[in-house]
Amino acid sequence: MEPRTPSKLEKIMAAGHLGVTSEVGPPRGADGAEIEHKGHLIKDYVDAVNVTDNQTSVVRLCSLASCIRLKQMGIEPVLQMTTRDRNRIAMQSDILGAASFGIHNMLCLTGDHQTFGDHPMSANVFDLDSVQLIQTVKLMRDEGKLLSGFEMKVRPQIFIGAAENPFAGPNVELRALRLGKKIAAGAEFIQTQCIYNIPKFKEWMKIAVDKGYTDKAYIMAGITPFKSLGMARYMKTKVPGMDVPDNLIDRLKGVPKEKQAEEGIKMAIEMIQELKEVPGVRGFHIMAIEWEEKVPELVKGGGLYPRPQV
Amino acid sequence: MRLQYPTHIHIIKVPCTGRVDLFHLLQAFEQGADGVFVAGCLEGDCHYMHGNLFARKRVERAKDILAATGVGRDRVEMYNLSAGQGTRWAEICREFDERIKNLGPSPIRLAHDKKAA
Amino acid sequence: MIKATPKPLEEIINYVKDFNKILVAGCDGCVTVCEAGGMKEAKVLGSALRLYYTQAGKDHEVVETTITRQCDKEYLAELKDMVENADAVISIACGCGIQYLTEMYNDKIVFPGVDTHFMGINADRGIFEERCAGCGQCVLASTGGICPIARCSKRMLNGPCGGSEAGKCEISKDTPCGWHLIYERLEKLGQVDSFTKPVDPKNWRTSRDGGPRVIIREDLRKAEPQHGSAHS
Repeated sequence: MEPRTPSKLEKIMAAGHLGVTSEVGPPRGADGAEIEHKGHLIKDYVDAVNVTDNQTSVVRLCSLASCIRLKQMGIEPVLQMTTRDRNRIAMQSDILGAASFGIHNMLCLTGDHQTFGDHPMSANVFDLDSVQLIQTVKLMRDEGKLLSGFEMKVRPQIFIGAAENPFAGPNVELRALRLGKKIAAGAEFIQTQCIYNIPKFKEWMKIAVDKGYTDKAYIMAGITPFKSLGMARYMKTKVPGMDVPDNLIDRLKGVPKEKQAEEGIKMAIEMIQELKEVPGVRGFHIMAIEWEEKVPELVKGGGLYPRPQV
Repeated sequence: MRLQYPTHIHIIKVPCTGRVDLFHLLQAFEQGADGVFVAGCLEGDCHYMHGNLFARKRVERAKDILAATGVGRDRVEMYNLSAGQGTRWAEICREFDERIKNLGPSPIRLAHDKKAA
Repeated sequence: MIKATPKPLEEIINYVKDFNKILVAGCDGCVTVCEAGGMKEAKVLGSALRLYYTQAGKDHEVVETTITRQCDKEYLAELKDMVENADAVISIACGCGIQYLTEMYNDKIVFPGVDTHFMGINADRGIFEERCAGCGQCVLASTGGICPIARCSKRMLNGPCGGSEAGKCEISKDTPCGWHLIYERLEKLGQVDSFTKPVDPKNWRTSRDGGPRVIIREDLRKAEPQHGSAHS
């Protein structure tokens, strides 16, 4: 695949390297320095950094402003955008604003329902869904048009990303079809939900390869290290769409409490090593939740360091 | 078996307590009753399957309405007993009569009396 | 049909506590079916209000009635004398009925006695479920007869989202995932292919987003007399 945008992430994967991204969750306050601090921690170990958009419907410093901060530090941002809080007018406007600052990657999401967050009483929008947001960005970039049909003089240059959860319902077949749907809509890279159930992920990848989806989009495997047994259990039971097999829980159980974090990192590194060999995997999306300082260790341990220069 | 129970309890017979609607209970209070209890068959023994269970729910709602209107939620109650439990019947009558006496006359009856005077 | 639930009695009492002559107006339509605003509910509310006024030592006159439909002015006209005789009206029809009654009797104060919720079905006695969001442009033909707008918490047209698990929505284990249902039905109908094509952004102008909606069906309107007919 030839790169179509100035995105560094796209260029790296187009050149045949495994791409590496990570994410930064903005603070629940106006402290911009916190984003910069987190950015510094991972800067040299990833190709681009996602910034979450009011993740789990909790109000946080906005993704766009955070992305601009990262960009000004010389870090390549991936603007996450959910359709929950903004209609097509606001989203297209934000896309143009992001492009004007040279933001060249976006992750298009529907977003968690607001019942999970700190404002469950709020109205939601959902004018578009994730697939339609992908279509919108593609239309803006490739045809230079807004959804209204208005033609722009300067088009946004954006490498279009989407998320997919191989482990959500109803079955792996449908989840693969939905991946296909996102790619048909225009998604060029896919960051998956955190992978713990490797056999199921491989099943999903196989369908993706067989259907030719992997020829059209870069699949980046989602990795989240366990910090503790408690976290693993929480992910298994409380987080929607998360599939944590018992053998992983048992492995953490077999380790004394003070060694569980270390074991969690070890397990994540082993996972990266194993997933590298899965046909169709073109990169990793490392989500070290409130544990950004561990990203360098994971990237090195996974044999993904140093990052290629393009 | 000559069982004694208070003579001022006015009995309204219905084929099944499922026939007792919410507004029947409220109307009794409107007409000056100090208390109303519904005596249904034992739970699980309703000839019409669920009549007494519906009655219990209506009594619960009547309690809420009586509380909200200042009449008092304790003036209405649901009891379950079988036709063979005469002793229990007399006991319930005495028990409920005692409760209502302790609560005193219903504010509705007092208001009616005041108007009549 | 439209689904409503009675407002808490305390709230209603608070509205009308300073009035003496009250009309409780029910409706024999939807609100009777969902047992929120029919004759039985009118009688209960009327009785409760009389109990309240009596114990509070206030003079009062509470009348209960219902009409066939509060969303038709022909039926609302039947209320004329009763409304005129009242200081305040509590309508226990749906939000449409309450408003139309207010429009008809504009100098009278009208209070709502129910909360109106949605258009739905009677799943079981006392269980009402939403089925239609009234978007004005039905998509059921392509979604296996299950509405993604009313039945997906995110009204997605390209679901299910990543929060769908074991057929349930991420908002609650008691809420079926609408898209799970759609997929199962499409599978049964052999139409899974239609699932693979992205559905374009919806035009929400026919929905609430387009502003207050009016339908004018010329075919149903009174015919204008035709000029120059043979018998003129």
